[in-house]
Amino acid sequence: MALNPGESARIELTVNGIAHQIDVEARWLLSDVLRHTIGLTGTHVGCEHGVCGCCTVLIDGEPARSCLTFAVQTDGAAITTVEGLAASDDGLHPLQESFRMHHGLQCGYCTPGFLMTALPIYERAPEMSDEELRKAISGQLCRCTGYAGILSAIRGAAEIERSRKGAES
Amino acid sequence: MKPAPFTYHRPETRGEVDALLAELGSEAKILAGGQSLIPILNMRLSSPAHLIDLNHLHDETAGPALDDGHVTVGPLVRQSSVERSELVTERVPLLAETMDFVAHPAIRNRGTVVGSIAHADPAAELPAVLAVLRGEVVARSATGRRTIPAGECFRGPLENSLEDTEWLEEVRWPVAAADQGFAFEEFARRSGDYALCGVAARAERAGDTTTVALGYLGMGDVPVCTELPPLGASAFETDEVEDAVARVVEGQLDPVDDIHATVAFRTHLARRLGATAVRRAAAKADTAGQDS
Repeated sequence: MALNPGESARIELTVNGIAHQIDVEARWLLSDVLRHTIGLTGTHVGCEHGVCGCCTVLIDGEPARSCLTFAVQTDGAAITTVEGLAASDDGLHPLQESFRMHHGLQCGYCTPGFLMTALPIYERAPEMSDEELRKAISGQLCRCTGYAGILSAIRGAAEIERSRKGAES
Repeated sequence: MKPAPFTYHRPETRGEVDALLAELGSEAKILAGGQSLIPILNMRLSSPAHLIDLNHLHDETAGPALDDGHVTVGPLVRQSSVERSELVTERVPLLAETMDFVAHPAIRNRGTVVGSIAHADPAAELPAVLAVLRGEVVARSATGRRTIPAGECFRGPLENSLEDTEWLEEVRWPVAAADQGFAFEEFARRSGDYALCGVAARAERAGDTTTVALGYLGMGDVPVCTELPPLGASAFETDEVEDAVARVVEGQLDPVDDIHATVAFRTHLARRLGATAVRRAAAKADTAGQDS
């Protein structure tokens, strides 16, 4: 396969469980395709060179920078964005609820990246040392809230999840 | 902050990559994890006419393998897979220790080990570690393969010693010997950022004498590898270690001023981190020797 400048290729992308067939140019970043082509603007774009972490999404279950990935590279992959956390009529995801409860955000610009970075680790976060947890989120920049609330929020999410499950049963 | 247009190629075999490079040469760049290349493209510091995406190669290994005294990694082995590899932890402990310092978890999930070596950033950890371990890389092209020792891999900042038609298909990390000890130290403004200074140490114990090699990153145009004069047991009771490291720092390193640190600060870091690494690696070589 070769794709010349200006030409598009059809790729298959499963985003938050929904299969999309979309035409992309080779130079289109995954972050832009999620926002502009698919219309999911929850993934934020900060620095566009991998430093700030705002654009972090899950690619096949693992956090990665959508600004450092061409959409065409992810042909066939499963992407999870912040919109995939909470179903529309189901309230907030425990992690989102915890960010609200622990004051883990102010302006919210960095929040989608923090949430997607924390998603694979929040269940074991209560057992992680401060150093481990800080390292795990070291790739994310927040310029207003400060990190103490964010750490508490990630630590608190598992408890919220447990109490919700308890309420159901 | 968007890449300039390029022609995108998606080969399915290593042979197809060879053929593309034979045709396109310096017009083409290899795209694997993209975690160093795509920032450069986004900022338009580089605008290659062709990108050759390795991500859809068939039958590539996802993790490290053991081969003839080396742990080998192929072109699509992600850094996170090396970080989680028991084989690497057991056989190449210096690499295992260093992975924690390489960028951030989300970057390591995409970034490849081979790509980091090919990128030849003098501030990156993996080239310095490969050099101090005396590892090697395997380059290939349409006309054949050659093995290049780590010491001959790096020509300058972001410049490796490959020909325009060659690409890296493997990096080979020597398995640690029983009498060796290792340590990695670095100082960065934020965990995972480029280090202001970093150093890897390889120590070997023979009788009462310890030989230590150091590989510095961020202190010159390429990783700087050097061997200290043999250290007797008494060296570790005195400042002899610090003095030996200071002579190396003074004579062989060439740090530069930038917005993050002065030459004086970087030199200070090189002395302190170097001495710490020497002592830690030597202590581990001691323990390793006693175990066997």
